[in-house]
Amino acid sequence: MKILKQIAQCLESGDDAGVPPLVRQALTEGIVPKTILDDGLIAGMNTVGEKFRVHEIFLPDVLLAAKAMYAGMDVLKPLLLSAGVSSRGRVVIGSVQGDLHDIGKNLVGIMLKGAGFEVIDLGNDVTAEKFVAAAKNNDACVIGMSALLTTTMPVMKEVVDLLKKESLSGTIKTIIGGAPVSQNYAGEIGADAYGYDCAQAVAGVKKLAAAVQ
Amino acid sequence: MEAITSRIGRGQVLLADGAIGSLLMTRGLPRGAAPESLNLEHPEILEEIARLYLEAGAEIIQTNTFGASPLKLANYGLDGQAVAINENAVRAVRRAVGEQAYLSASCGPSGRILQPYGDTETEKMFASFQMQMQALIQAGADIICIETMSDVNEAQLAIQAARSVSTSIPVMATMTFEATARGFFTIMGVTIEKACRELEKAGADFIGSNCGNGSLQMVAIAKEFRKFTSLPLLIQANAGVPELRSGQVYYPETPEYMAAMCRELIGAGVAVIGGCCGTTPDHIRAMRKMVDEEMQQRQGIPDN
Repeated sequence: MKILKQIAQCLESGDDAGVPPLVRQALTEGIVPKTILDDGLIAGMNTVGEKFRVHEIFLPDVLLAAKAMYAGMDVLKPLLLSAGVSSRGRVVIGSVQGDLHDIGKNLVGIMLKGAGFEVIDLGNDVTAEKFVAAAKNNDACVIGMSALLTTTMPVMKEVVDLLKKESLSGTIKTIIGGAPVSQNYAGEIGADAYGYDCAQAVAGVKKLAAAVQ
Repeated sequence: MEAITSRIGRGQVLLADGAIGSLLMTRGLPRGAAPESLNLEHPEILEEIARLYLEAGAEIIQTNTFGASPLKLANYGLDGQAVAINENAVRAVRRAVGEQAYLSASCGPSGRILQPYGDTETEKMFASFQMQMQALIQAGADIICIETMSDVNEAQLAIQAARSVSTSIPVMATMTFEATARGFFTIMGVTIEKACRELEKAGADFIGSNCGNGSLQMVAIAKEFRKFTSLPLLIQANAGVPELRSGQVYYPETPEYMAAMCRELIGAGVAVIGGCCGTTPDHIRAMRKMVDEEMQQRQGIPDN
């Protein structure tokens, strides 16, 4: 399984031209696509997320790694589909406000795609109404919200309240994250889960999606 | 009015204004709307805010054009009105302050990421900044203030865009840093040393930092800047890290605290001090008093 480690390292260095040939090599070695995805691409992206969180690397490195991740996924996607690895469900994500700093939300989006979810990214400055409408229209099971500024956090509560009002709390679950957000705040506003970092956010979404389906 | 560079040259410390965005929200700006849309619809609100800061003692008053580059306005479908949005903002502040204060035209990040990390071409970003600078300078801005930058290449493009319109207008450029275990970095990984070198190279006259995590950290950032540049420094701190208290946003730093930190900043050699997120006319008033006291001491005039 040396090749999986190589894939992860190549992805971490942001080499989007280098990843696809390595993925193909892994396939010829007989490794199944799902394992290449989990133990190669996603493992590499997890390391990138962690290094970013502790300021060991910065946004440019993350963006290049994400490009490399997508380059690898392009090779695997048709194989995963034909192997019948079906979608785990749809997730609507967005930042309640922000621009460059929405990297946390973007990272979670990348990781969710890697984990087999269909991701609808609403971008920035997303209002409560937009979140709920997108989740309804796309038949999503989870809404993931990120806030970067304390000033915009109340939007998260509005989403939770709106779902309650429309009697959708049972079918559409909520998870929140971002620098100013905490487990306590999630509890306070009645969100279903809180993601401290990318890995936790993905684990949280998996759990929520499984509970709904 | 004496040129700002000449006043700094005489060793004076100038006071800039505080936050605009939070005051706009208390005046009915809906969440999710572009703050700059008010420049078209309600310029009288901007005039009022400028007047509040002028009365509080600010000598540099900022326009409501932080997000008014066409690239950024495109997020709200307002890019077609970029020129009017910028011009109206300058005129509103001018009506309020006349020649009693320097009119500083704000320019924030485009919200886009340059290639190869993102999808935006250098030429496109430059053209966007140039259009904004053209409108701001033609409408009569005294100073260009490029702020809250994370990417030093983007900051350079904005500086060069201003320079391409006017070789003489004073240009300020500030970036936003986070404290890490290995020192201060922007989210794009720019150090203070690199910021000093690259901002100066692009033609900025004043450099420094704004936004961030409160005044105390800004004092450390200012000291770090002083190590790597001889240009005049500009610092605009947030009133601390915002907290949510029973649903209301609360900035913890009081006017008195920020005034005390203002003294520290003067001690660190900062030439222009103002406020960023969460600062109010009350903060600026307290800082005015502190700057005046410090200037009197500096000139050896007894404080009576």
